[in-house]
Amino acid sequence: MNEAPCSFHRGIDGMAQIQLIDLGHSYESRPASSRPARAHEADPWALKPMTMSWNDGGAYALLGPSGCGKTTLLNIISGLLQPTRGRILFDERDVTALPPESRNIAQVFQFPIVYDTMTVFENLAFPLRNRGWHAADIEQRVREISAILDLDADLGRRARGLSAEAKQKISLGRGLVRPDVAAVLFDEPLTVIDPHLKWLLRRKLKQIHQQLRLSLIYVTHDQTEALTFADRVVVMTHGEIVQVGTAEELFEVPEHRFVGEFIGSPGMNFLECAWDGNSARIEGIVIRTVSAMRPARQDSLAIGIRPEYVQIVPGPGPNCVPVHIVSVRDVGVSTMVALEVAGRSAWAKLRAPCALSASERTFAHFPPERCALYAGDRRVA
Amino acid sequence: MNGPKPVNQRAWWLVLPVLVSVAFSAIIPLMTVVNYSVQDILGPTQRVFVGMEWFREVLRDSELHGALLRQLVFSGAVLLIEMPLGVALALAMPQSGWRASLALVLFAMPLLIPWNVVGTIWQIFARPDIGMLGHALTQLGFDYNYAQHSMDAWITVLLMDVWHWTSLVALLAYAGLRSIPEAYYQAAAIDGASRWAVFRHIELPRLRSVLMIAVLLRFMDSFMIYTEPFVLTGGGPGTATTFLSQYLTQKAVGQFDLGPAAAFSLVYFLIILLVCFMLYSFMKDIDTRESP
Repeated sequence: MNEAPCSFHRGIDGMAQIQLIDLGHSYESRPASSRPARAHEADPWALKPMTMSWNDGGAYALLGPSGCGKTTLLNIISGLLQPTRGRILFDERDVTALPPESRNIAQVFQFPIVYDTMTVFENLAFPLRNRGWHAADIEQRVREISAILDLDADLGRRARGLSAEAKQKISLGRGLVRPDVAAVLFDEPLTVIDPHLKWLLRRKLKQIHQQLRLSLIYVTHDQTEALTFADRVVVMTHGEIVQVGTAEELFEVPEHRFVGEFIGSPGMNFLECAWDGNSARIEGIVIRTVSAMRPARQDSLAIGIRPEYVQIVPGPGPNCVPVHIVSVRDVGVSTMVALEVAGRSAWAKLRAPCALSASERTFAHFPPERCALYAGDRRVA
Repeated sequence: MNGPKPVNQRAWWLVLPVLVSVAFSAIIPLMTVVNYSVQDILGPTQRVFVGMEWFREVLRDSELHGALLRQLVFSGAVLLIEMPLGVALALAMPQSGWRASLALVLFAMPLLIPWNVVGTIWQIFARPDIGMLGHALTQLGFDYNYAQHSMDAWITVLLMDVWHWTSLVALLAYAGLRSIPEAYYQAAAIDGASRWAVFRHIELPRLRSVLMIAVLLRFMDSFMIYTEPFVLTGGGPGTATTFLSQYLTQKAVGQFDLGPAAAFSLVYFLIILLVCFMLYSFMKDIDTRESP
């Protein structure tokens, strides 16, 4: 595990910057644009048309709730699904019409896929045999990959009797064994892995990522998994990418209300506010925020602030609003305080234990540098 | 604690209903046959114990040897044709939508037709004078007549069985195929597997248990076949399509040889049991050899 075998130096064709250009997908036979939309119909786009690029060698997590289109996007990138519209480029090369086996992509699925009747060795050799490799080359290549994945001892065994963790490694190995593979796609690969093995396998993935400099795209609905695994997290909801950023950016600067609510526990507070022409006000009190631009629209404005940054103060002051404390709960490292602000509920997550009690009336301070204005779903810059 | 704990035996009463029903449905009838097989029944009140006499007679009976051989060839041919054909049909069936429903209904159709009706349908269908198949073949210049030529009779009986029962294999295989998760096909597509490799390494291993059931069902059924060839050819021409069941019926009902017929029944029963056991353990063996 100390040194990468020399054969992993990838040629030009191994590099891949993946670009999605105006890519959209609908599972209906005729997408919305080709016929008049009816009001009662659900949004026909499983994946709304989008344009974005994935850099070579990056570790991306695709984060979102179940049914948000993550797997659809993944299957389009790997070629299992033909998009309804748009193009996919690998390094400027249009691969939209290419079948999965002609793209230099590997995919690991939610449940381990192994060929039951084959040994571990045959499983790993399968993609190479299908590509007509010579036995000696296959032998060498499979041994390299099994060394990386710690599968050497199992090579001669039948694949079906192995643990879920080992099977998932085999699935991964079948992807890595092809030397042209530039990106590995993971579709919630740790779902069936025992919790105590999850972190081991996740660490292995990171190791492989660093060793082979492959691009990784990792689909998950678990924010901890996404934030610990990836360099950049792509947050999706309702078939739309709402933000791409580092874990810190997603936490500190959510560009979309969904990101604020989905990331963090509990999610970001969004408090309805009014606009007086110059500043946002809650119950008539001016709330200064980091948003410098004027909101494009005046309706459905809200102040967003993380529960971690809400401070409980005894008296009024700038950026302070009167609150009613609903409940106080000590959860160990922090104290969760449920508040009622202008008839809306909100959370404060306090680091230190406090002497607050339920039904108390006091004030909450929203530090201006931690507040942002949201118009509709979007953050106002 | 000293001494063994007293055991409450009253729970045995709960087994009684099952015991009684099994006794009347299986054990007593079987023992009656065993009883007949060792006696010579001369009249309602006259019987003589003959020991293994009937068994010896039956096992030396050359007509029975012929029937047994024909039976084995027939069951073997049925399995060799219906299993691959059924799997091939299942693979070709549409996977969803109204076409799948239509295919399922069409495939289920032959299974719903009573045995003797199937026999009658083919009896008429294959007649060289008025039957569509027989007449067409004759017009095309074939010397086809299932009532005269043994080969024609065999082909017709086999064709009838294939028509009647291949859909059972196809439906079982279809159900097995539908239970294979989509991800297996996706993984195979990414691995660049050919259609044959997908069949060989994904579909076939995952169909093994349903195919095992299909083989057992088709073997047992074809080994006991009676009605259809009886209606179609009556076992002829000569004894060309007389299979074991028909021979047994001739002995028991036709000639009223109760003793030999009973002995023969037991031998027949043991053969089926033996062959099923062999098939089952053979396939179980493949199963265990492939696990570590």
